[in-house]
Amino acid sequence: MKSFTYERAGSPAAAAAAALKTPGGKFIAGGTNLLDLMKLEIETPRHLIDVNDLALDKIEPTQDGGMRIGALARNTDLAADARIRRDYGLLSRALLAGASGQLRNKATTAGNLLQRTRCPYFYDTNQPCNKRQPGSGCSAIEGYSRQLAIVETSEACIATHPSDMAIAMRALDAQIETVKPDGATRAIPIAEFYRAPGDTPHIETALETGELITAVTLPKPVGGKQIYKKVRDRASYAFALVSVGAIIQQDGSGRVTVGGVAHKPWRVEAAEARLPQGAKAVTDGLLANARTTKDNAFKLPLVERTLAAVLAEARA
Amino acid sequence: MKFDTPATTNPIDRMKVIGQPLDRIDGPLKVSGTARYAYEQHDVAANQAYGHIVGAAIAKGRIVAMDLDAARKAPGVLSIVTAESAGKLDKGKYNTAKLLGGPEIEHYHQAVTLVVAESFEQARAAAQLVKVRYDETKGAFDLDAAKSGAPDAPSDEDSPTQTSVGDFDGAFASAPVTLDQSYSTPDQSHAMMEPHASIAQWEGDKLTLWTSNQMIAWSVGDMAKTLGIPKENIRLVSPYIGGGFGGKLFNRADALLAALGARAAKRPVKVALQRPLIFNNTTHRPATIQRIRIGATPDGKITAIGHESWSGDLKDGQPELATQQTKLLYAGANRMTSLKLAVLDLPEGNAMRAPGEAPGLMALEIAMDEMAEKLNMDPVAFRVLNDTQVDPEKPKLPFSQRHLVECLRQGAERFGWDKRSAKPGTARDGNWLVGMGVASAFRGNLVMKSGARVTLGKDGVVTVFSDMTDIGTGSYTIMAQTAAEMMGLPIGKVKVELGDSSFPASAGSGGQWGANSATSGVYAACVKLREAVVQKLGFNSADAVFEDGAVKTGNRAVPLTQAVSDGEITAEDTIEFGDLDKTHAQATFGGHFVEVGVDAATGEVRLRRMLAVCSAGRILNPKSARSQVIGAMTMGAGAALMEHLVVDKRRGFFVNHDLAGYEVPVHADIPHQEVVFLDETDPMSSPMKAKGVGELGICGVGAAVANAIYNATGVRVRDYPITLDKMIDRLPAVS
Repeated sequence: MKSFTYERAGSPAAAAAAALKTPGGKFIAGGTNLLDLMKLEIETPRHLIDVNDLALDKIEPTQDGGMRIGALARNTDLAADARIRRDYGLLSRALLAGASGQLRNKATTAGNLLQRTRCPYFYDTNQPCNKRQPGSGCSAIEGYSRQLAIVETSEACIATHPSDMAIAMRALDAQIETVKPDGATRAIPIAEFYRAPGDTPHIETALETGELITAVTLPKPVGGKQIYKKVRDRASYAFALVSVGAIIQQDGSGRVTVGGVAHKPWRVEAAEARLPQGAKAVTDGLLANARTTKDNAFKLPLVERTLAAVLAEARA
Repeated sequence: MKFDTPATTNPIDRMKVIGQPLDRIDGPLKVSGTARYAYEQHDVAANQAYGHIVGAAIAKGRIVAMDLDAARKAPGVLSIVTAESAGKLDKGKYNTAKLLGGPEIEHYHQAVTLVVAESFEQARAAAQLVKVRYDETKGAFDLDAAKSGAPDAPSDEDSPTQTSVGDFDGAFASAPVTLDQSYSTPDQSHAMMEPHASIAQWEGDKLTLWTSNQMIAWSVGDMAKTLGIPKENIRLVSPYIGGGFGGKLFNRADALLAALGARAAKRPVKVALQRPLIFNNTTHRPATIQRIRIGATPDGKITAIGHESWSGDLKDGQPELATQQTKLLYAGANRMTSLKLAVLDLPEGNAMRAPGEAPGLMALEIAMDEMAEKLNMDPVAFRVLNDTQVDPEKPKLPFSQRHLVECLRQGAERFGWDKRSAKPGTARDGNWLVGMGVASAFRGNLVMKSGARVTLGKDGVVTVFSDMTDIGTGSYTIMAQTAAEMMGLPIGKVKVELGDSSFPASAGSGGQWGANSATSGVYAACVKLREAVVQKLGFNSADAVFEDGAVKTGNRAVPLTQAVSDGEITAEDTIEFGDLDKTHAQATFGGHFVEVGVDAATGEVRLRRMLAVCSAGRILNPKSARSQVIGAMTMGAGAALMEHLVVDKRRGFFVNHDLAGYEVPVHADIPHQEVVFLDETDPMSSPMKAKGVGELGICGVGAAVANAIYNATGVRVRDYPITLDKMIDRLPAVS
């Protein structure tokens, strides 16, 4: 771990300004991912801005009937919130499918969105990795890629985003509220939040330098059956091979977001129109441009079969 | 004491303390955090500094240059150890690769540098500043590719790697029903909870190592050889071990580098292997490719059985003995086994819980399931039919005890085996395809010379001293039970001190020989202590009875404490084993029964029930023995379903080198586990009439899971671990 300086921010805007002022600075909240990465020198921030005192942990209704989730709301608290459980069951289920109780107690909403990939080559500083060390190459494409992405990959990177929570957020059309170093605020639709890896897999989101997430808002509830099905090799405490987050209405219409297949929560609205035609039709649309490796080709049938099971559960 | 004739009636048979399901005597220390593990020995030596290891970034090649300047100048750095600075070092007898690499690199993450600093964080930060330039050379990393050129593994007289009885080829060719299949098991990591860790202190030319090690005497010898100093100058202390599974049978880099670091820094130094290093720096269970051929008559009698296994290791390494059980488990007049060993430049392969049988049975017991199906026989009945009461390679050699059939029959009855649908893929519970599987368990019963010293104190408390280790198994407790039984005391009147090389050398913990051998050592020492007490009290030793804290003959009873009124009495002895294991085949047996559910859509496998029925001689403590078996069943489930060190065949290393990438079962994976021990004693084994169970529990489990998956789905996977990607294209369509 590299030495770093540390400060506690007094306000969101001050935190953002501090981050702009100190190149190589990072925000720290729960630290469940960042600290691990710092110990291995995969992340080497020179300065940490602790945002835990910013009182951004409230979960409250918005004026238009939705919910605003503070950036610091812990995963445990968010999953257990009665309104979230009642109106956004998908989110609660996705959260509880992730990590462990101890980690969820520490992990925050914004930190969960910003967690880094679990590609094993990203974790080994002896190996080339374009995400960790831009331009060094990708070890995974011709290496061990069983966990890795099959859509919107690039020649530079086939990493996946590991979050369960983000799958639900994407299906729920969440917006990410931020403050910039100059104090300006904006709301970024989650569909536009994550970037495709392209030639710059180390740039993962639309956030600008210093920009701090303050909250995630959910539009008013959409009802329907909300199902999160996570497929993994062991029953708990494992990252998804694939996961399906679905909201299915009585008339058979709905939304589907898939995890474990892309650099971001994977949702193709056009494919959702085919929901009444069944899982194969939707999957064909969702994964139309998939590019698989020998190790991860199984994800194609797995997504379709998992979605079929989800649709059957929704009908039941 | 020499044990060379079968045990007769002895004080252990009273079973007042032995055989009771007593709580662990070290339990309160463990659950209160006061059992000090190696890295936590903060107060044994003042002024401890911290070492951090740098592992090689290549699998094979040479170090061209090392730039240590930045690290040397980093805050808090006290010294830096490299092969160049360490001076001449030998290699331990039990190590295949050097514990400190350079200039030659033998495997990925082989230790190349230790940075010692005032704090852990300083040592780590400075270690990350070490720059090493390598000349990487091409290595062999792919067992599949190396298989065809792999020669016979070297044999020795006691364990030939090529065996042949009768005319296997002829019998197989003419058998009416045959099976010829290949199976593979992956490299696996011990992945124990406690990382390898050591604290070293030099006082003059004398070294003390507080470490985490299963085999104290071996490791003292190997450390002496490596450092080139007399054994007498080394004290190794390892009272508590947070899991070993064979990964701590030998010294590892933490121990050697702590010693070298302490010498260089002139201060005590502590070193733990960082988790990402453990998978490639230490040993692992090697991958195997196995071919099994079985020929049988139409009514199910095996006439030919052949088992070949290929594994790889570094040059001068050893094979995984995956054919071991096939020599002994089933009858059949014509047989062959063969072990081939390829040279691979992966990290060192070595023992992991039930080496040989664990991966061997994962293959053999699927083959038996497949053969039963070909014969249209029930898999339990097929195994029972082919039981043997003699070593099938040496028909004059009987087993000392063999109750495999009872294990299988009793297990089948308890498990409700009769409710299994013989036709695969036909039982369903909602979205789950449900199936049952069975496998035989087999593990040899090894015995090892083992010593102990026992002292009867003036307070009437007996203290046992031995370098035996407790790797979470319950050694403390069963050794206390043994002394209590022998001396006629309650367990509360016995203390046990273990894991210190200044105590008598014991069998150590490995090969499931520890419990039986080490308690026999305590037995031997207690026989001597009883003689001394009897003599002191003026009894005729032949008819003295030790019970209720007293020595009794006829109507005379004298409190034990009277013997020590003028000073404690100490006795020491070592149990040595004669050739009863040559005149009788000795082994432990069991039957594993597993029910799985397979998600009909995703192919995820979830265990529903597990049962093991074990035949392992006298069970010294049913509670700790059960813990051993359920832990082993859990490990077997991991082997079946998820454990897999993935080889990067381009760069020669295990890619998934942390506990997020190398998955082992978590609580949610393990259902209700039932363990039954047959009520038996084996007088050929030792005066304790006991055997081991810690490895028996893992033997066969993987295949029972595999067979249950086949029964559930009709999909046969012969390549472990059985993950959903290997089945998904063959599962029924999702409606």
